[in-house]
Amino acid sequence: MDFALVFKQAWPMILEGLKVTLEISLLSIAIGMVIGLISCLMGLSKIKILNAISAVYVWIIRGTPMIVQAFIVYYGIPIIVQQFNPAFIISEFLAGTITLSLNAGAYLSEIFRSGIQAVDPGQIEASRSLGIPSGKTMFKVVLPQAFKITIPSIVNQFIITIKDTSILSVISLAELCNQAKQYSASTYRFFEIYIIVGLCYLAIISLLMILSKYVEKKVSYDRRKK
Amino acid sequence: MTEEKSKVRVTNLHKYFGKLEVLKGIDMTVSEGEVVCLIGPSGSGKSTLLRCLNKLEESTKGEIIVDGYKISDKKTNINKVRENIGMVFQQFNLFAHMSVLKNIMFAPVELKVMSKAEAKEKAMSLLERVGLADKADSYPHQLSGGQKQRVAIARALAMNPDIMLFDEPTSALDPEMVGEVLQVMKELAAEGMTMVVVTHEMGFAREVADRVLFMDEGVICEQGSPEQVFGNPQQERTKDFLRKVL
Repeated sequence: MDFALVFKQAWPMILEGLKVTLEISLLSIAIGMVIGLISCLMGLSKIKILNAISAVYVWIIRGTPMIVQAFIVYYGIPIIVQQFNPAFIISEFLAGTITLSLNAGAYLSEIFRSGIQAVDPGQIEASRSLGIPSGKTMFKVVLPQAFKITIPSIVNQFIITIKDTSILSVISLAELCNQAKQYSASTYRFFEIYIIVGLCYLAIISLLMILSKYVEKKVSYDRRKK
Repeated sequence: MTEEKSKVRVTNLHKYFGKLEVLKGIDMTVSEGEVVCLIGPSGSGKSTLLRCLNKLEESTKGEIIVDGYKISDKKTNINKVRENIGMVFQQFNLFAHMSVLKNIMFAPVELKVMSKAEAKEKAMSLLERVGLADKADSYPHQLSGGQKQRVAIARALAMNPDIMLFDEPTSALDPEMVGEVLQVMKELAAEGMTMVVVTHEMGFAREVADRVLFMDEGVICEQGSPEQVFGNPQQERTKDFLRKVL
């Protein structure tokens, strides 16, 4: 066992992997939030076809493993697009971002929906009775309260998304885990490198948890009853 | 806008919840400045009737004209009409994520009828009026029930409505807080506000109402001045109800 040596040798690779992991996590969480919100609002809409689209999307994503989704996106999308543009190649990063975003979006959609439904309907009635249109009521009255209720679940989904980036090593995205795999394949130092990589994930997620506690405190107006 | 003086005119209103008919042909009018109290046993349709007046409940059949707008007509912009109808709920329904001041400023600012500064000034004067100026920066969960309801009244008044609807405004309150809310409502009535009040407070109805409507099983059984309805009820059902509550 020689952590100092492994650390010294692998550091540039780890740093690169860390960068990819962070970039794809943040990007996918941001896109996933937007997709999740749209899917959630579609699911709650009065228009049946929108309900159906949202339901099928969530059903497919939740019903299949992400590793399968990643392969389908990585190998499938080029086959389709190449019909129109034979020169098209999909990068691992793009395929990974699409997979992770769609994945996070589906789970966030469900989280948002449960949050919105947990808001007292009286809040909506009060707003509508003042002459506030339904869209504005949703964004100014319902969503802020739903957001507060769901912060812990949203953060949990962020954590899952960050950890799920490691699955994208199967499409050879050069994220943390893949870098470790590359390094250990040539040096056989599995134990040290995976300990180091594990600590990297732990550090990222710990930071996120501290941030979420801060946000939770910031938006809390009612710690008592609900 | 029609020329007539009546603020509310309901003609042959029917309302079904599924197969259940909860309003069975209601006719009523409320004149400008009039205070009308709706009384009757629970399940008689009082609250449903009130909620039809600002379309929180969709009527099944019949005509509803409020403030000159035919709100039973699908083409009527209900949001515009609601700006002139204040409503106070049994459960207060203050916006939990906003301070008292923000609650009151919300509608005038969002609907762009006042600037932020104007809305704030208006909100402070309304809080003054309901005796809660010192609570402007509190959040709803920090207030007592009576205080919440007084803020809710102030919020409903922020848009300068022509009509105020009260849906059992004191039913969720502890007994010692009923008085402070009724006091605010009395002052409002004295200033000439047109009010429709669903209430179980017979004392309030007797003292403040210009007219009392007794409802039972989806119809208006009896109506008249408080003296008539409380002092000399004509219908058997009215007598029966008053015997139980008085």
